[in-house]
Amino acid sequence: MTLTKTLLTTTALTVAAGAVAAEEMTIVSWGGAYTKSQKNAYHDPYSEKTGITIINDDSSAEAVAKLRAMDEAGNVTWDVVDVVAADALRLCDEGLAMEIDPDTMLAPAPDGTPASEDFGDLLVGDCFIPQIVYSTTFGYRTDLVGDTPPSKICDVFDTETYPGKRSLEKRSINNMEWALLCDGVAKEDVYDVLATEEGQDQALAKLGTIKDDVVWWSAGADTPQLLADGEVVMGSTYNGRLFSVIEEQNQPVAMLWDAQVFDLDGWIIPAGLSDERKERALDYIMFATDTQRLADQAKWISYGPARKSSAPLVGKHADLGIDMAPHMPTDPNNAANTFLYNYEFWADYRDDIEAKFQAWLAQ
Amino acid sequence: MSDTAENGPVLAADGTPLKRSLNRALRVQKTRAMLLIAPLLLFVLVSFIIPILSMLFRSVENDIVVNTLPETVPILAQWDSSTGELPSEEVYAAMARDMIKAVEAKKHTKLATRLNYEKTGIASMFRKSGRTIKKWDPEADAPFKEKFLDLHKGWGDMDVWKTIQTHSGLYTNGYFLNAIDMQKTPEGAQAQPENKQILVKLFIRTLIMSLVIMGACILLGYPIAWILANLPARQSNMLMILVLLPFWTSLLVRTSAWKVMLQQQGVINEVLVWLGLVADESRLVIINNQFGTIVAMTHILLPFMILPMYSVMQTIQPTYLRAAKSMGATNWTAFWRVYFPQSIPGIGAGSILVFILAIGYYITPEIVGGTKGVFISNRIAYHISSSLNWGLAAALGTILLVVVLILYWAYDKIVGIDNVKLG
Amino acid sequence: MAALTPISRKPLSLVLPTVAAAGAILGLFVGTANGSGLMGIIIGAAAIAGLAFVYTQVLKNEKLAKWISIVGMAALGFVLGGIPAAIIGALAGWFYSWFIYWLYEGRYRQRLLPYLTPGQVLWHYGFRVICGAIFIFLITPILVVMPLSFNSQDFFTFTPEMLRFEAEGYSLKHYQDFFTNNEWQRSFKNSLLIAPIATIISVSLGTLAAIGLSQSHVPGRRAIMAILISPMIVPLIISATGMFFFYAQIGNWMEGTLGFNKNFVGYVKVILAHAVLGIPFVIITVTATLVGFDRSLTRAASNMGADPVTTFFRVQMPLILPGVISGGLFAFITSFDEVVVVLFVGSASQKTLPWQMFTGLREQISPTILAVATILVGISIALLITLEFLRRRSERLRGMTPQ
Repeated sequence: MTLTKTLLTTTALTVAAGAVAAEEMTIVSWGGAYTKSQKNAYHDPYSEKTGITIINDDSSAEAVAKLRAMDEAGNVTWDVVDVVAADALRLCDEGLAMEIDPDTMLAPAPDGTPASEDFGDLLVGDCFIPQIVYSTTFGYRTDLVGDTPPSKICDVFDTETYPGKRSLEKRSINNMEWALLCDGVAKEDVYDVLATEEGQDQALAKLGTIKDDVVWWSAGADTPQLLADGEVVMGSTYNGRLFSVIEEQNQPVAMLWDAQVFDLDGWIIPAGLSDERKERALDYIMFATDTQRLADQAKWISYGPARKSSAPLVGKHADLGIDMAPHMPTDPNNAANTFLYNYEFWADYRDDIEAKFQAWLAQ
Repeated sequence: MSDTAENGPVLAADGTPLKRSLNRALRVQKTRAMLLIAPLLLFVLVSFIIPILSMLFRSVENDIVVNTLPETVPILAQWDSSTGELPSEEVYAAMARDMIKAVEAKKHTKLATRLNYEKTGIASMFRKSGRTIKKWDPEADAPFKEKFLDLHKGWGDMDVWKTIQTHSGLYTNGYFLNAIDMQKTPEGAQAQPENKQILVKLFIRTLIMSLVIMGACILLGYPIAWILANLPARQSNMLMILVLLPFWTSLLVRTSAWKVMLQQQGVINEVLVWLGLVADESRLVIINNQFGTIVAMTHILLPFMILPMYSVMQTIQPTYLRAAKSMGATNWTAFWRVYFPQSIPGIGAGSILVFILAIGYYITPEIVGGTKGVFISNRIAYHISSSLNWGLAAALGTILLVVVLILYWAYDKIVGIDNVKLG
Repeated sequence: MAALTPISRKPLSLVLPTVAAAGAILGLFVGTANGSGLMGIIIGAAAIAGLAFVYTQVLKNEKLAKWISIVGMAALGFVLGGIPAAIIGALAGWFYSWFIYWLYEGRYRQRLLPYLTPGQVLWHYGFRVICGAIFIFLITPILVVMPLSFNSQDFFTFTPEMLRFEAEGYSLKHYQDFFTNNEWQRSFKNSLLIAPIATIISVSLGTLAAIGLSQSHVPGRRAIMAILISPMIVPLIISATGMFFFYAQIGNWMEGTLGFNKNFVGYVKVILAHAVLGIPFVIITVTATLVGFDRSLTRAASNMGADPVTTFFRVQMPLILPGVISGGLFAFITSFDEVVVVLFVGSASQKTLPWQMFTGLREQISPTILAVATILVGISIALLITLEFLRRRSERLRGMTPQ
């Protein structure tokens, strides 16, 4: 045993030798193209300015569970974490994220508008620092839908006009709203209806009409792959993924923006950091969420900046040179009919409806 | 080992009684065996068993309610919900004092998340109330009952109070009840509403599909192991590469490969359509269902069956078979009565490996299983990483563990672990 | 012994119906693809039987016959279905000419014992065909995804360009990505560091314990066994969270009290966690091998004066080595392919290959993971073939007859 230990020590030491840095911080994000856009827009300029080394950890998908475990073990190794707003709310409720005062901790807009106004309604919960607005929406194969491409969300439920499979996310959120909307429920009543047993059954019954035609996805990369294969004729996914399929990969796919569901993604700072690390994390956040940086990110990925003041600054795609503004989910042409993820509602009903939804799926 | 000699004890060469001498030898042997086992046993105990047990212990742990509401819980325990009246001012006052402290420590939302598993709506009720309660003073602002009722209508809901009362114990069986599609209610354990029942079904499905996968692996693995063990080394080593290659290849890659193979626009369907065996509009549905999971997992787990079988079959002397045949046995008899019994340890080891691995899998079923081919582990993963209901996840994990241990025990009784020398 | 079996030409009454049946199978596929399965069967059977008759009775030149079949069938395939069908046609041509002569000359008996009945001969080859089918099942998915790693698009899809074998459908960009992208390189190195060390730990501790367990008088053997194989039984996600707590505390202690470097501690955590996961495999395979171990051998060794250590390394170890190696393989692959536990226990600096692949699959479809898989498969084929070559060489050097 001592032999293996020595062996272990020596090998690991040789590996670790090169990696000693004076100041570093670990930033957790989703990986892939998204992390790349953050690296270009935030990390690299920040490292250049301060000399702090930034380590990327692609653990956002497990962030909630891992943060909870870290907190219980008393060893939080992350400094800044990128999560969706619903997870931020959960983390805040669990006391795992630090509370943020937007006006003192975040940069004001260039014209002096305080951050709380510049972000506006997007500051959901007490711990969440919004970064981008993304939407979950549909893409369809232009070559597989005939002469009249789908234009309304309810076309998803119309298997006669648009035969073939569609892909939907393997969870209740969003699908239940779309189902009710297409079952004659007015947009403003959707959540009131969904709060009742009958409403939930109604939504599931509507989804039941296409259940045999649905491929359920769980990772964001699934729908683009399914569309590229022609395995589905239409499918829901994040708008940035569809942008990449259409513009970067040149696949015969188009967007269906109707009834897109807006959601937010942004930063949280874990609770219980040492003062020194907290300072550093706040400094990074102050830098990375100012008006110009948020607009910069849109050069690499088609998600809308969360600040109102950033919108006019959105420019062209860094590699393709096309205007990014028309590809933003928040663009007026795309946002004619939208939904905003109802955080309060889902925080209450998620466990209950999700249990029913999963039981329904397994039937 | 008996000393039945009538003229005093039998003596060993050095003059000590044989029994004592043998006992000593036995002790030495035991000590030596234990010394060999001890390092590993300690390592596994400390770094695995204890952490896992403490994780599984969460399935009964429920101290969060008492810890967050220390004053309310004892008073509320005396409240008789059958009277149909809301708790008294005393309870509300205690709740106010507890909540003021909890809000300050930011513990109220954590408690709310816990109680929201039992009664939908408590999460937002606590969160919204917390913002106002923060400003209250436990002395000056009394009485509280009216204030609470103004704050949120939930505080006047009998069910909310009943829920808090029911789930205030230090330990709970609630998670285990949930894990078997029941729930803990103020009126005792009851079945979940039918539209939420899923877990028992998933348990049964997991077991059946794991058995099917194990059976498929035995059927496919036995001939391969046999041919590998009986061909000349030259050829068998080349064929071994075919077994080892899939084994080397990442699980994620193989699962994606099966997706490429099985989907409706996938390789198998394309080839069948090209050959004209299947019409273009009636392509086979062989993914996103149980079939997909079984095929992909059989492929992934097959090496785990072949390799133990192979290493056991290699030790079987081919001369035994020839001897049997030379004494007049038919091919079948020689195989069934002579070869097969000797290969059982390999089948046993392989089956246990495959079955147990299958039962705990979740990445492959998640990717190729669709809705009907997912396992209980998928739910466990969901509750660990998504819903944060670790208590329920731990309860499910504990049940799964117990099921495996029971099967292990039954296997021991029926087939005999001695045949595998697993224990 | 095998080569002694005399072979003789077989009558046409055996050869023609058999090859006709084989031809019918090919005819079925070609026929259904072109409209009529039944016609295909009849034409296929007749054509192959006719070929067999001509080759064996008229032409009588095996080499020429082979080339005629290959070229002819390839041309036929090309007419019916372009280049892919031509390749299949050539292969079919080679197969059928070989099959005809193999049957006609009676070569199928050459390597078999002379006294086997026809039924046994049929079973012998039938069994090999079954095994072949299973091998195909094992290997096809891997062969299928390899070409996709040369895809010029970022999807796991056979594009029309690829199917037409056009150059623009293929590219090496995913390989370039693997070799130039820091994330991939770092995770590859991490995997190469973590997996072998974890394997060494689990194999050495596991083999000792398995030997201890196989002794005849071990108190509480069942319980010990259950404990040792428990890392395999517990669902990975539970193990991952459970172990996280343990290793977080160990990590705090090593960094705080012992003052080790943070990175180093990270590696120790992942390696130990993976070692635990590998142990059940070593225990199970080694104990299974020890069942067949003849204990009198160790007694004989100690009788002749060998101390326990010598006995172990010179007598016991060589005999149980296959079991130890296969256990080690399992342990290695468990670590090399493990994604759930490392997600929890590791941090960004210990990102392993599967972790990187997992992110790749989830966040951004990229055939780079297929490129990595192809490279790994290439390396392992090379390694295994080298090993086999060395084995044969030493066999030759030792003057053993090749088997």
